[in-house]
Amino acid sequence: MNRVRAPVLKLGETLIASVQEALMDADLVGLRDELVADVKRYRATGVVIDVTVLDVLDSFAARTIRNIAQMTRLIGARTVIVGIQPDVAFAMVQLGLTLEGTETALDLEDGLALLDIQLGRERRV
Amino acid sequence: MSDELSVPVRSEADLVTARQRGREIASALHFSSSEQTLIATAISEVTRNILSYAGSGELKLSLVQQGRKMGVSITARDNGPGIADLFSAMQDGYSTSGSLGLGLPGSKRLMDEFGIVSEVGKGTTVTMTKWKL
Repeated sequence: MNRVRAPVLKLGETLIASVQEALMDADLVGLRDELVADVKRYRATGVVIDVTVLDVLDSFAARTIRNIAQMTRLIGARTVIVGIQPDVAFAMVQLGLTLEGTETALDLEDGLALLDIQLGRERRV
Repeated sequence: MSDELSVPVRSEADLVTARQRGREIASALHFSSSEQTLIATAISEVTRNILSYAGSGELKLSLVQQGRKMGVSITARDNGPGIADLFSAMQDGYSTSGSLGLGLPGSKRLMDEFGIVSEVGKGTTVTMTKWKL
């Protein structure tokens, strides 16, 4: 189910999870498990989760995303969340969610650039 | 659109439906996209509480009017175990399920009016309203 709603693409040492539509809790947990397994399988050093299409990030989603970032970090990869919409950010702050300790970037392009800087990689052309 | 919409809450799929219905009703009242997101997020939290603690319940979305003010009112009702310690349940970070404990206090911040009634062994009802300014 998750493969359709949030397919994971591999680009060099980076995994890109591109959320395509509203995720159910099981999808998010599936994505978490898949990303953690894929980091190991592909020896990935970076993960980008693109949540541009999500119109709500509630406390469960935020906790799961934070968990993904922490888990991948523990096994050796950096995770960047990209594409949180301004309206969603506004609601998250009101709710009391901060994604503290989790890297974020405006969009996929900036997220990939941030990973390159963090990981001291040469920029892709 | 009728003035009241009922969304049964039985599974995670209903969570997505509930959020969408909330957006629709808020959009019909011309709430801004940012306010629609606040409402949808609050709906997500209270609906998730129903699923996590009671297993199932019901959400009612309605248009309300007070003088010239229009708003959207959300009632989340379940016949679950109820909340023994409402005071703690309304504090940030308090949770009996391992969640972040932001659902109830966070929803109160997202909406303009928030009320909760709970009786142990009987169930919980959360009522919240967002007014269109």
